[in-house]
Amino acid sequence: MTATLERAAVAPAPRRTARPRARNRWTVLAFLSPAIVGFVVFFAYPLIATAYFSFTRYDLINPPQWIGFENYVRMFTSEPLVKVAAWNTLWLVVVLTVARVIFALGVASVIARLRSGVGVIRTLCYLPSLAPPVAATLVFSFLLNPEFGPVNAFLNFVGISSPLWFSDPLWSKPALTLLVLWGSGELMIIILAALLDVPQEQYEAAELDGANALRRFWHITLPTISPVLMFGVVNSIIFALQFFTQAVVAGSVASGTADVAGSTKILGFPQNSTLTYPMWLYTQGFRYFNMGYAAAMAVLLFAVSFVFTAILVRQMRRASHVEEGA
Amino acid sequence: MRKTLAGLTAVAVLTMTACAGARGGSGAVAEPPKKDDKLTLTVFSKYSDREEREVTKALNTFRSKFPNIEIKHEGNQDDDKITGAVRGGNPPDVAMTFMTDNLGQFCSSGSWQNLKGYIERDKIDLNVIPQAVRDYTDFKGTRCALPMLADVYGLFYNKDLLAAAGVTEIPKTTDQLLEAAKRLTQKNPDGSIKVAGFLPSMPFYNNQAHIWAPSWGARYLDANGRSALAGSAEWKAMFEFQRKLVDFYGYDNLERFRAGLGQEYSADHAFQQGKLAMIVDGEYRTAFIADQSPGISFGTAPFPHSAARPDRADGAFATGTVIGIPKGAKNAGAAWELIKHMSLETDTLVNLSNAIKNVPSTDAALKDPRLQVTPQFKTFIDLYGGGKLWSNPPTPIGDAHLKAVNDFAAEWQAGRVANLDEGLKKVDQQINDALAQSGR
Repeated sequence: MTATLERAAVAPAPRRTARPRARNRWTVLAFLSPAIVGFVVFFAYPLIATAYFSFTRYDLINPPQWIGFENYVRMFTSEPLVKVAAWNTLWLVVVLTVARVIFALGVASVIARLRSGVGVIRTLCYLPSLAPPVAATLVFSFLLNPEFGPVNAFLNFVGISSPLWFSDPLWSKPALTLLVLWGSGELMIIILAALLDVPQEQYEAAELDGANALRRFWHITLPTISPVLMFGVVNSIIFALQFFTQAVVAGSVASGTADVAGSTKILGFPQNSTLTYPMWLYTQGFRYFNMGYAAAMAVLLFAVSFVFTAILVRQMRRASHVEEGA
Repeated sequence: MRKTLAGLTAVAVLTMTACAGARGGSGAVAEPPKKDDKLTLTVFSKYSDREEREVTKALNTFRSKFPNIEIKHEGNQDDDKITGAVRGGNPPDVAMTFMTDNLGQFCSSGSWQNLKGYIERDKIDLNVIPQAVRDYTDFKGTRCALPMLADVYGLFYNKDLLAAAGVTEIPKTTDQLLEAAKRLTQKNPDGSIKVAGFLPSMPFYNNQAHIWAPSWGARYLDANGRSALAGSAEWKAMFEFQRKLVDFYGYDNLERFRAGLGQEYSADHAFQQGKLAMIVDGEYRTAFIADQSPGISFGTAPFPHSAARPDRADGAFATGTVIGIPKGAKNAGAAWELIKHMSLETDTLVNLSNAIKNVPSTDAALKDPRLQVTPQFKTFIDLYGGGKLWSNPPTPIGDAHLKAVNDFAAEWQAGRVANLDEGLKKVDQQINDALAQSGR
């Protein structure tokens, strides 16, 4: 501090310090430039382009024609499938997020308490998340096949009326949820790491104070791992908002078109129950060449994702501050 | 900061608008290649496996005319990829697609070049191709593709199952089909379906509204190019037929049966497994049966027509592979020569038809004695030559109209539509809204 003051006291004319400062600025910019270029090319430009296209009629080949808010008006008034797709995605956002986080937390909690065979069980729980989505969905389609699948064979054996899973509009989304839960090993491992990081002394102190397991979980485990859970929630919401591959494959298998070389996939089978918002967006843009409308859908999806995430992050921060204060 | 943002926005908008070129469709022509020109023609198609190999062989016969032209055939390329390549400025010289539903978009946007100039320059007589097939390769007067083989749909029946059920007459009308389907259906002791006479579930396999529709005389668009399903006696009759059959099986029973059926192009296909006594399918099924289930004793016939529309007897739905020159193709002149070779040359069509069992698309190829015609395949040759083919109307909205009707059929069969007319009105609205949105 003293040195700085001394230097300031003898500082010559400002011109002499301007050069190093400018040079310093360019150096900083040079180091930042890869990130800035990446941001502009892969985020800012596509975002601005999408927003612009959303006000146009654009078939991907010819110049876009400005049509104002027509795409948005159509989306909110006359186009029926966008509402179906939005509802399906909302269903997945709510159910998948809750189920995925609770399931991963549950499995991680059990593994954290294991005394032996931890490595093997942890690996077994994590492995499904490495399976490519297409392969995993095909396997699940086989397991849940109403005619010869082992799951229904078991259900029938124990006298339970077996559902049609991916072939029934009521069961197709729950079946997709099961598939996602099976592959949520990645989140489970992250939560497990957070659980193992909770200081043991806190549990010991709480035990001495007479806190039962539930209170220990509520007052020690949960606040400590809440940032990780927040990550899990945000990650699951984004995952559900972008849900695409598994829904396409499951619908294709159930509709008997999974191995079709040239024909069109029957999207959303059965009865559009697996038609997700990103699927419909893709279809509008690249199958119906309605890129203006698809861009409007993308803008809405971006806005909803942004709002969802912002609210969630704020709530979680507030909750963790309250907990810290308490 | 604000200035920087405004600048960035302006640059982005300018770049975006500069990306797109002018609308095509002028019908300009490129010179044909000289006999010894050395170049490579890139061909995109969606063929895969066995069919891709056979098409590659057929493409390479072009070298008998132009020995120095290399053909680079890339299979498994769907319409999205073709459009992406056009947009990226690196299109193939020749594109093939099975999705004739996208042709309206390709022709109207200029994504595929207008072939008018080439056809006029080379004095091509398109009358050698049936009208319905010409219809699905042309959009409002812009012809941007030629047909390369066709798919014709008819009735397939299992002879053993028919004999066992005492069905001696092949159904000719949809009423007869309904009765035969009932007689052919076998149930398990628990009441579940063991063999279905005819599956009414839609959309499943080729039970698609647009494939059934010609047998009832039902049209998608009216003379003004607008959807007009509501109030159509033909559509109503078709959906009522479907409902009668669904009610016969019971919807839940039917769904449980359908959910266990195998994939369409595998050996597990329900007809090939003897679980369906009759199906509607394309002529290519004869090749799949010969390859995967040669033991089946089966026959083919025209799909039964509605008794109210006797004019639709011996009619059929037709579609097929189409071939064209994408916008920006580097060797458009040579590409046109290849297109002529693949779509109009009798030798090429006959050999390719024999290899992948599609119907050759020109009259001369259809009558060529070298065409290998089994009794089952002959049905489709006769249907093709019979002049009663119907195809999907090309629209600028891809297959959105087909999906809308199939979605409705699925709701209808599930009993979720209280009023057929009201339901069809909503479908009309949906299709007309999409047509209006396209702006073409």
